[in-house]
Amino acid sequence: MTKSLILVGVGGQGTILTSKILAEGLLQLGFDVKMSEIHGMAQRGGSVNTQIRFGEKVYSPIISSGEADVLLSFEKIEAIRYLNYLKPDGTLIVNDYEIYSLPVLTGNEKYPKQALEMLKSTVPNTVVIKASEIANNIGNIKVQNMVLLGAAVKRLGLLDLDWISIIKDYLPERFHELNIKAFNAGINEA
Amino acid sequence: MKKIMTGNEAIARGAYEAGCEVAAAYPGTPSTEILENIAEYKQIYSQWSVNEKVAVEVAGGASIAGARALAAMKHVGLNVAADPLFTLAYTGVNGGMVVVTADDPGLHSSQNEQDNRYYAMHAKVAMLEPSDSQECLDYTKAAFEMSEKYDMPVLLRVTTRICHSKSVVNIGTRQDVGVKEYKKDVKKYCMIPAFGKIRHHIVEEKLAQLRDYADETPLNRIEWGSRKIGIITSGISYQHAREVMGNDASYLKIGLSFPLPERLIREFAEGVETLYIIEENEPYLETYVKSLGLNCIGKDIFPICGELNPEIIEKALKPEKSRTVYALDIPIPTRPPVLCAGCPHRGIFYALKKYKDVVVTGDIGCYSLSVMPPLDVTNTVICMGAGISAGIGFEKAFQQAGKNQKVFGCMGDSTFFHSGITGLVDAVYNKSKLAIIILDNRITAMTGHQQNPGTGKTLSGEAAPIIDIQQIAKAVGVKDENIKVVDPYNLLETQEALQKAYEATEPFVIIAKRSCALLKEVQKNRANLKCSIDTDKCTQCKMCLKIGCPAIAFKDGIMVIDQASCNGCTLCMQVCRFDAIERTGE
Ligand SMILES: Cc1ncc(C[n+]2csc(CCOP(=O)(O)OP(=O)(O)O)c2C)c(N)n1
Ligand code: SF4
Ligand code: SF4
Repeated sequence: MTKSLILVGVGGQGTILTSKILAEGLLQLGFDVKMSEIHGMAQRGGSVNTQIRFGEKVYSPIISSGEADVLLSFEKIEAIRYLNYLKPDGTLIVNDYEIYSLPVLTGNEKYPKQALEMLKSTVPNTVVIKASEIANNIGNIKVQNMVLLGAAVKRLGLLDLDWISIIKDYLPERFHELNIKAFNAGINEA
Repeated sequence: MKKIMTGNEAIARGAYEAGCEVAAAYPGTPSTEILENIAEYKQIYSQWSVNEKVAVEVAGGASIAGARALAAMKHVGLNVAADPLFTLAYTGVNGGMVVVTADDPGLHSSQNEQDNRYYAMHAKVAMLEPSDSQECLDYTKAAFEMSEKYDMPVLLRVTTRICHSKSVVNIGTRQDVGVKEYKKDVKKYCMIPAFGKIRHHIVEEKLAQLRDYADETPLNRIEWGSRKIGIITSGISYQHAREVMGNDASYLKIGLSFPLPERLIREFAEGVETLYIIEENEPYLETYVKSLGLNCIGKDIFPICGELNPEIIEKALKPEKSRTVYALDIPIPTRPPVLCAGCPHRGIFYALKKYKDVVVTGDIGCYSLSVMPPLDVTNTVICMGAGISAGIGFEKAFQQAGKNQKVFGCMGDSTFFHSGITGLVDAVYNKSKLAIIILDNRITAMTGHQQNPGTGKTLSGEAAPIIDIQQIAKAVGVKDENIKVVDPYNLLETQEALQKAYEATEPFVIIAKRSCALLKEVQKNRANLKCSIDTDKCTQCKMCLKIGCPAIAFKDGIMVIDQASCNGCTLCMQVCRFDAIERTGE
């Protein structure tokens, strides 16, 4: 059976790096893996998504609506935007974090208040992670992606792999400690 | 060895393994990483060319000289490079030559959705179309072989979902083919009419041989499943189709997209009950199949516009299947891309916005975002270079209409080198009154920060001569007093230059020089520079929101600046009339 994960967020939040590490891990676990990322315009603060599919043999890298086993959202509103991808019994992992888009900043559009509550009441399997807060406490908001990676790996039941060494492969040495700390914090949190 | 690679990484690997010696490209999403990855293989000489035409000519020259050579570009790049490609089809090659065209169905980051499969037919060269990263590697190697065997450049056509999707690849080792001997041969390589005429016949002969090859090559293959439904498809559409239909259909997977395999298509069509053609954008395969007198269903049920995906195919071929999905029916804010906090382009457009009676012909780069509110100052975005040339046209048309309306033409530094210099010469030569603004952020930002002739570095990071835009303007005859170099972070200086340009009756050039805020050294140097708002002084007039900086927000009843993203450019400070914003960290 092919499984699907979709990672969504805002350009600059580190969704692509997180997806790359996940895809590498899944390959090492012996799966056929496909991952699709879109970069370009979207990186300038736009909404971004990367998709990962894995299993015995995967054809399309693209996830259909109602098919994602896990929706990992780096931002609250983005979880709502991509919610239609999630399977009815799928898991939503959402970062308790708001990024206002320009139309919100300039007052032309509204950022909905109760976003988290609404998500929780809609999706039974909702896991809320305060990844940005945890990352900030560890020392840098940028490692929120590793907190979320830890949480996702735990929830996917994929802890049987040396993720730390993959993280090390994908990052320069001076960032190792911080990122590994964040990853472990994410596992504990989920 | 097994690795997980994007299509672009796999094409680079394929070029390396095929013994490619020379590679050239101009950046363009989704193709950019091909050359960036080739540059990692030190055995290959690689370069950023100023534009795609130059890249194909560099590769063409290298090929004739005996090297295996590659040029890569996004789909619209091939429009720019079409001229050399069409005639290289006549001269043929010496070392194998591969031209990669990366199309962008769905316009993830492009100005149009053109389908470059037609280029193969038009230029009369073979085209290969991989459908995952393994095939990207294999087909790149096959393309070099085919190029030498059939003595023609070969097009490798990929799309965004191939370029930017990762899948598992078995990598091999480099085949050391070296650089072949070059022998002067004017009848083959000098396409004066007398020789071109002869070469055209040879091109037709080679295509006839290729047509036979198309029916035999394993690049095209039939996968039999249920014979109720037969699907002819290629590229990423093959993957989507297999995903949806599995063994409930048979497939003819086309790997050699030009010339198409007539006999194989007939055989396949005969073996199935209903024939479908699944392809993105244009009915390229469908038109051919129908030209053979075969019945098939294609664009009747699949869209021409946009990308395909498994869901679209499922809806068309398995309409009985339904999906349950979550929906949260509340309005959520849009999230369009924006100029970064501290972007140097912002100042120019904010200053230009003051002129209500001007037309701004824009161009393609990060500054295309000036089309969006709150800046909203650009009237046209067409193609690279049109920022200047379309501006000349506007100005001449206004003149014909007896209107004295000012036209500003804008483009970035990379775009200026790509195809702006010719427009500038045209403006001077034809005595245009166009005011030209070069947004010189010292990099090719839009496509992910590539070096260009103005940055002083090559693709591989080596030091290079810096080509000075101001000197070019002078050299082509723009008068000294009509050239102004300004810092767009300095609003007053920028406004003064714009006013001079506005009043000028001759070609005027403003060079807005300030590095992109995302460059590593800029971020390092400005790490501590931050602006903040003194809420006691702030009257909440919201002037600062008009510049559209994503670091400034009206949140919980007060104006605040996000300290993580602000880079202290001071633009907001300069527009604040109440001295409520100050900068720290000097
Ligand atoms: C013919 C063609 N080639 C490539 C591209 C892709 N492309 C879009 S914008 C751009 C570069 C823009 O650089 P620059 O003009 O310096 O502006 P910046 O993004 O740095 O502001 C490129 C390469 C294109 N749209 N058309
Ligand atoms: S990447 Fe650079 S040029 Fe592009 S919007 Fe950001 S700061 Fe401006
Ligand atoms: S100084 Fe003002 S305009 Fe510049 S980045 Fe900071 S908040 Fe934005």
